[in-house]
Amino acid sequence: MSEKICVSMRVNGEPICRDVSHEMLLAEFIRNELRLTGLHVGCDTSQCGACTILMDGDAVKSCTIFAPLADGTSITTIEGVAETPAGRAVVTAFHECHGLQCGFCTPGFVLSVVELVTKTSSIDETEARQAVEGNICRCTGYHNIVRAIMQAQSELAGA
Amino acid sequence: MKYDRSAEAAPKRIGDHALRVEDRRFLSGKGRYTDDVVFPNQLYAAFVRSQHAHAEIKAIDTTEALRMPGVRGVFTGADLKADGVGAIPCIWEITCKDGSKMIEPDRYPLAISKVRHVGDAIAVVVADSEQTARLASRCVEVELEPLRAVVTVGDALAPGAPVVHEGTATNLCFDWSIGDHDKTERAFSSARHIVQLDLVNSRIIAHPMEPRAVNAQYHPAGSEFEIYTSSQNPHLVRMLLCHSVLHVPENKMRVVAPDVGGGFGVKCYVYPEEAVIPWLSRKMRSPVKWTADRSETFLSDAHARDHETHAELALDDDGRVLGLRVSTKANLGAYLSTWGPCIPTYLYAPMLSGQYQIPVIYAEVKGVFSNTLPVDAYRGAGRPEANYVVERLMDVAAAHLRMDRIELRKRNLISRNQMPYLTATGMTYDTGDFALCLTRALSAIDYDGFEQRRADARANGKLRGIGLSCYIEACGLSPSRLSGKIGSRIALYESGQVRLNPDGTATVFTGAHSHGQGHETAFAQIVSDMLCLPFEDIEVVHGDTARIAFGLGTYGSRSAAVGGSALAVSSRKVLEKGKHIAAHMLETTVDKVAFKDGIFSSSTTNKSFSIKEIARSAYIPHNFPLDNFEPGLDELSFYDPLNFTFPNGTQIAEVEIDPETGACEVCRFIAVDDFGVIINPMIVEGQVHGGLAQGIGQALLEHCRYDEETGQLLTGTFMDYCMPRASDLPSFEVSYHEQCPCTHNPLGVKGCGEAGTIGGTTTIMSAVVDSLKEFGVTHIDMPATPEKVWSTIRRSKDSPFQGQQR
Repeated sequence: MSEKICVSMRVNGEPICRDVSHEMLLAEFIRNELRLTGLHVGCDTSQCGACTILMDGDAVKSCTIFAPLADGTSITTIEGVAETPAGRAVVTAFHECHGLQCGFCTPGFVLSVVELVTKTSSIDETEARQAVEGNICRCTGYHNIVRAIMQAQSELAGA
Repeated sequence: MKYDRSAEAAPKRIGDHALRVEDRRFLSGKGRYTDDVVFPNQLYAAFVRSQHAHAEIKAIDTTEALRMPGVRGVFTGADLKADGVGAIPCIWEITCKDGSKMIEPDRYPLAISKVRHVGDAIAVVVADSEQTARLASRCVEVELEPLRAVVTVGDALAPGAPVVHEGTATNLCFDWSIGDHDKTERAFSSARHIVQLDLVNSRIIAHPMEPRAVNAQYHPAGSEFEIYTSSQNPHLVRMLLCHSVLHVPENKMRVVAPDVGGGFGVKCYVYPEEAVIPWLSRKMRSPVKWTADRSETFLSDAHARDHETHAELALDDDGRVLGLRVSTKANLGAYLSTWGPCIPTYLYAPMLSGQYQIPVIYAEVKGVFSNTLPVDAYRGAGRPEANYVVERLMDVAAAHLRMDRIELRKRNLISRNQMPYLTATGMTYDTGDFALCLTRALSAIDYDGFEQRRADARANGKLRGIGLSCYIEACGLSPSRLSGKIGSRIALYESGQVRLNPDGTATVFTGAHSHGQGHETAFAQIVSDMLCLPFEDIEVVHGDTARIAFGLGTYGSRSAAVGGSALAVSSRKVLEKGKHIAAHMLETTVDKVAFKDGIFSSSTTNKSFSIKEIARSAYIPHNFPLDNFEPGLDELSFYDPLNFTFPNGTQIAEVEIDPETGACEVCRFIAVDDFGVIINPMIVEGQVHGGLAQGIGQALLEHCRYDEETGQLLTGTFMDYCMPRASDLPSFEVSYHEQCPCTHNPLGVKGCGEAGTIGGTTTIMSAVVDSLKEFGVTHIDMPATPEKVWSTIRRSKDSPFQGQQR
């Protein structure tokens, strides 16, 4: 098959070094090679956001880039998100606000929201709804996800 | 309100906002969904699917695919048939109005000789990797000779239409009716007013976020299958696969539905892939996994709704309804899906009375085959369609009579003191206070102030409308005797087992399945409440045929009403046996033993024992009178409901339309519901929110569309099929009352999972039409997309925007 490329990155703080095919998507790399199965794939057109991870602090749909392009970056997945104050606040808010039901879109949503509350402050509900339009949830109707965003934001503002 | 998890806290009970125990694994990436399971020596499958809607299979050439490195095999429908693999059964048989049975063509897991919809599976490739399997599936050469396709019910029933199933004269699967035809005709012939409406309930797709997946391995030593599948209904999968498809004993097949990423009905059937993958695992003597990507779910998941209806309402001068007459054509797709024919018949027409006193009703439904994906249940399943018919008619009738929509409804509502109420379609509503929900909803939205808000919006160049739905649904499927009488080939009770372990913790087994509904929390609350055990000491097990006695899964808002009731009955049995044990230990008789706050005591002695002490004793019965009762404390029940449950309520919403773009914004959405007793308000409200989003999605955004000539699916990805996103929806104002608990189950619960979709679509369509009423619009079909609304405004003869169409 195709030629392999050596990629190294930090994933949830751990240094990782693997040979991967140049056409392997980052989502496949994290899910199938690293077996971090908290990363979910919900579509094949980069619409749903279930596979969102943090790459150097930016929320990225990991189905949109090839694994070799993540060489040298620092990746956070749902498995490592609670290591930071913002991640902990968001995870706690999703739990306390019932911002998840089946749990499938949740990892991607949590990471999108971590980026949102890290990079913004005092957004209102309308802005929050627009900010997460890259993630689809079929269970919650978004109501409690928006509440979770608001709670995480005020938690972090008070911290 | 936060749930206090401290050990000192009193046991938490029904009604608490207990936070969910399942969240911990989902929020740490430790959920385990079917695709997360990888067996040693795992192989992967990919399906070859039809690109034509209707065609004869002339030849299948697998040579090139088989030549590819890593490919282990390619199989076709002929291979399965030669191996004795049977057709996938439908579990509901409809009897037509002339007494004949519905037409029931075979649906083989892989097509044989003919394909009948785009996506129909023709062959399957097995390979060492998923990527290789997919690549090789594209190298299987299938020679198809296209035939003329039929997509709509109108085209499918037209004279001379090509038939989907050879050997049948037409595409009519069944012609069914309910109600009294002659009495209804008489009511209409003498009525002063008859209003009519033609409406479409659009085809949509459920789209849980987890695509379906199956992973099976075969253990030759014991001739046993182990199947992981993304299903709402693992025992049904086992029963149908064993009995009809693979012909193996049920004790040789374990089906596990682990964490499942949403269902909404679309995962409560048995799909072709669930037959093919286990068969392959036996054939290959190696585990085989298949996971759909989203494009494949569009082509292989069952679709939903797709009704064309003509409905008429007869009224007198005072607005009292005299009769209802409905004729519906339901698109069943190319094959009968597991529940397919039941949805547009018994889950639809019996609910056409809605919340109203309608003396006579007659409804007929034609089930029609077409060259489209099979149509089956989706959240609400038949009941949203019924609600849409009756509520749209009420709006249209009010306009015809120049009467306020609320006043017309109030004149016809069934009142609380008429309960139990037998409808003209044969449903017995046991309890409900419809006027109470309506009154509260009107008050919450300030109905009286609406015209001012409409005027204010108009001054801002916006068209504001208000719409409502008074809904009622039949849930808690269902009494076995009744189900059998109306065509079900399975029963619909539920199992529940409560096991107290020697250390006093409890393991609870339910045949219901949680795929987002939070049963691990809510069911623990039920058992905690009844046995006075700490919530944290109760573990709920679901989704595994090897661990659970039997089950009929989760759909139709049945889990709490039927599955929860089974657990309530088992909990009572545990207490009953506990009293026998306590009587022995207290040296008294059973009738003298009381159980309160977790303690067994007797007035005859000052000794007492906690339920944990009783549990321990039950497993160490050294001095028990074992001729009177057995050791252990583990009770199983099969709860068969006495009636359906009838959740109901009023949903009301305001929308604003921008006449320049046709875009519709949902400004407020209020739901006032009666779900009977609430086990966990947080979970219930979450269920309502999700249902409303899906209901609004159908009204404004979602539409599964086919090219009507070729039968090609036009909306085949999330780029074409508009899923609701956060910015499309408002925050919801949800409340409920508990004044009318269900009268016939031990918990008083009615079910909450589907309410949002049942009323949601209707409410928004009602509001959209109301916003356009100044243009003389009385009805538009869903979805009310910007393009459709914009065109409607411009076509209207009363519109100031007329003639600006470009």
